Amino acid sequence: MSALVVQHCGAGTSLQDGGRLGWQRFGISPSGAMDRVSLALANALAGNARHACALEFTLIGGAFVVDGGPVRVALAGADCSLRISGRAIPLLTSVTAWAGETIEVGTARSGLFAYLAIGGGFDTEPDLGSRSLQSRAGLGGIDGRALRAGDRVPVGAFMLSGSERMLSAPPPESGPMRVMLGPQDDYFTSGGLDALLGGTFAITPEADRMGFRLSGPRIEHGPKGYNIISDGIATGAIQVPGSGQPIILLADRQTTGGYPKIATVISADLARLSQLRPGSQLTFLMVSREQAVEAARRLEAKLVAAIAAMAHADGNLLSSERLLGLNMVSGVVRG
Amino acid sequence: MSSNGTPSFLPCGDAAVTIEFGDTIDPEINAKVLALDAALLAAAVPGLIETVATYRSLNVQYDPLVLDYPAFEAQARGLAASLNPAIGNARRWHIPVVYGGEFGIDLDDVAARHGLTSKRLIDVHASAIYRCYMIGFMPGVAYLGGMDQSIATPRRETPRLKTPAGTVAIGGIQALVASVEMPSGWHLLGRTPVRTYMPSREPVFLISAGDEVVFEPVDASQWEALDSAAAAGDKVARESRA
Repeated sequence: MSALVVQHCGAGTSLQDGGRLGWQRFGISPSGAMDRVSLALANALAGNARHACALEFTLIGGAFVVDGGPVRVALAGADCSLRISGRAIPLLTSVTAWAGETIEVGTARSGLFAYLAIGGGFDTEPDLGSRSLQSRAGLGGIDGRALRAGDRVPVGAFMLSGSERMLSAPPPESGPMRVMLGPQDDYFTSGGLDALLGGTFAITPEADRMGFRLSGPRIEHGPKGYNIISDGIATGAIQVPGSGQPIILLADRQTTGGYPKIATVISADLARLSQLRPGSQLTFLMVSREQAVEAARRLEAKLVAAIAAMAHADGNLLSSERLLGLNMVSGVVRG
Repeated sequence: MSSNGTPSFLPCGDAAVTIEFGDTIDPEINAKVLALDAALLAAAVPGLIETVATYRSLNVQYDPLVLDYPAFEAQARGLAASLNPAIGNARRWHIPVVYGGEFGIDLDDVAARHGLTSKRLIDVHASAIYRCYMIGFMPGVAYLGGMDQSIATPRRETPRLKTPAGTVAIGGIQALVASVEMPSGWHLLGRTPVRTYMPSREPVFLISAGDEVVFEPVDASQWEALDSAAAAGDKVARESRA
């Protein structure tokens, strides 16, 4: 079995797939790639299903030697350089690396999370149905932890066929992060709601896979205070503890919490939110459920179109592979 | 919750909803949550990804491209109107606990605060039959209700950054069995060798919401034997019908 042997990598380098679904009832967070759009793009280029297991880098890249091989890899997400034994490869382009070659991922020039997908996917033993690292639970990853130098990361069965591929990322959304109010917007004063929807917030250095802590105008709680009887937490929930400074809860969040959640970032904006670095500023815009679902449909259609338009790296359109690509992405956004 | 007893549907973005039956810690409310959870599971709703049952509400997470929310809400309201909550017939877990000393560093303080001897506090804590209202926060952490109100103790002002795996603690009117090392503002009365969460063991999780839990004091001299057995995959906890 082929493998990548880690030479060095950033501390925030882990295996991530579509997440560990169905275990939140036992206190296990769902984990999975922070930016599912980029995971899907990298996997499409590598010839994989959308949620195949990839390497997720946080800001800092790494270097890996191919053992066995050949392997086909592609990089998507944060803007990092990709080099195969010194040759520069453009983002969103697949490349084949042979036994003994070095795959180098550089430090992100913009964005936060980058994804290196590999044909056949990384093939570690899944825990509770997923290879995604959840370090607090000691699940997934490499023996329940992030990658480090010396690790040998196995690659699933893969047949090298066809030429390299390239694609263009879907045109990015810009503008405020869209939110739906609730589940506990009634725990806040109208001034508190105005602060959320009218204020400008910065992402603090306390931003990780668990959540992004923001700083900005104080979001004031109402007379009911800031303790609720603990309840479940959706991805993108904006929790406001007593400090009045919000925290957006993400893939590795705690499964339940006792602070009121004023609003929730809609599913269509989670990928772009996850790419905001500490220090970035953001604002929020309230939308209706109908608008949120429409945005989710639009994002899905753009993703399907981007993958359908995947071309040979020499510029020729794929033909039968294109149909395979269409079929491959017909799954659910979060399934 | 509205006055006629029907649940509230609280939006959590376009991919989740919290169905809330009340705002108190109450076995009947919790039983409704668990009954709706079971009913939704049985209904195999297309697009429903997973549910998180807590004290008084059920968080339902779904794929908004597959599940049509208005139709789902109507379906869930229908199911909620004809629930058959089961309060009895639970599993009961008998959890051995070594109280006090290095195993429960807050035991003496909490006892003093209530004007009790440490021995008496152990008796009060270990004589209740607890209901597991939810598993949450961290893997396998069991949140228990049913503690004697007389030993209710507000949480620490400053949480500890680390409390040991297996900690048996109280906070306010609740009790808890911890599974993994975790930060906590609760008061540490004792420790159990029982692994409520153990990835290498089948079952991975012992306690489910709706189960009953009783604590059985054991002597510190038994810790090593019980802990080694638990580390080797023995449940150590005895199971009976409530």
